[in-house]
Amino acid sequence: MSTNEVEKRREGTIFKKSDDNAKMEVEINEIKTEGDYKKSPVYIYHDWCVKCGICVKFCPTGVLGRKPDGSPYVKHPEKCIHCETCDRLCPNFAITGAKR
Amino acid sequence: MKKIPQKEIHKYLRHNKKFPHVWCPGCSNGIILATIVRAVSELGYEKDNMAMVSGIGCSSRMPVYVDFNTLHSVHGRAIAYATGIKMQRPDMKVVVVTGDGDGTAIGGNHFIHAARRNIDLTVIVINNSIYGMTGGQYSPTTPFGDLSTTTPYGNIDPVFDICELAMGAGATFVARTTAYHALEAQDFIKQAFEHKGFSVVEVVSACPVIYGRLNKKGDAPAMMEDMKKRAFPIQAFDKLSPEDKKDKYKRGIFRKEEKPEYTAQYAKLKQSLIKQEGVADDSE
Repeated sequence: MSTNEVEKRREGTIFKKSDDNAKMEVEINEIKTEGDYKKSPVYIYHDWCVKCGICVKFCPTGVLGRKPDGSPYVKHPEKCIHCETCDRLCPNFAITGAKR
Repeated sequence: MKKIPQKEIHKYLRHNKKFPHVWCPGCSNGIILATIVRAVSELGYEKDNMAMVSGIGCSSRMPVYVDFNTLHSVHGRAIAYATGIKMQRPDMKVVVVTGDGDGTAIGGNHFIHAARRNIDLTVIVINNSIYGMTGGQYSPTTPFGDLSTTTPYGNIDPVFDICELAMGAGATFVARTTAYHALEAQDFIKQAFEHKGFSVVEVVSACPVIYGRLNKKGDAPAMMEDMKKRAFPIQAFDKLSPEDKKDKYKRGIFRKEEKPEYTAQYAKLKQSLIKQEGVADDSE
């Protein structure tokens, strides 16, 4: 494979990008900016969440609660100490408690 | 409007792949993928200077999702492929992600001989005590008496201790940690990357859907709680009474030592031969 082709691939011009992926890339860039993302101490990305319950179980201060369908939600936002345990233990990269 | 958390990880993921990933809900492979990526990010390695090699299995699906140079090879032969990459490009950081069955049963031979050579590879063995992808057959690390689809009345094979095996074969960096201790795992993986020589990091992981379901271990959080209770740091483990030790295991760095590294030795040999040949050419 030529270097040119490799570069093309890296830019994603060879692979077909679905609308979701294009959106996702825009979103990654927008993390830097302020917005809704900053309001809550813990951010959950529900599209990637598989409701395994690990974050709820291992949060040391009990910030998170569980909805009847098993998905987590921020129950006590004031309790968050930004330890990033949920961040590290989420198998699907769907939650973060990092300080912003 | 939706935003994506965990910026650091997303820098290294291939976003043209389908997410969420294929692993079952609660599987520890995702946690370990994140720890590897965080370790790489902290060390500041370039994506192009990393190679991730894997065989077949649940854990071996990992290279698909990261934006390094990746190779998804045949069952058990990941270390053989990685040795080839390392010999050709000694400057490259080569990491092998393998499971307990892939690495120590089917590829056991490659594993011990790579350890004997002390070639500069980082092998991350994800130990979930079962062959998850192929349908729940028992593996060399399935605990005595536990059920799997091929041992419906309980496993009668003694267990393989991966760290002891690696140390016996001559690996120069050997550590064990669990998926629950993700921060520790990140530290060990970082040290393994920096170590010159064959480094093995065994990460005990949870398979809630196959192993957990067959053995009634509960859901993913319960299995991780179990890890938290059973994994003891080396010093704390040594203080326990023999009875308490029965169902516990050690975690920590078992060995870290310097030995001549294989690719360096090979380069030296090559240089000396070139020199000798040069002398021979002059005489002709």
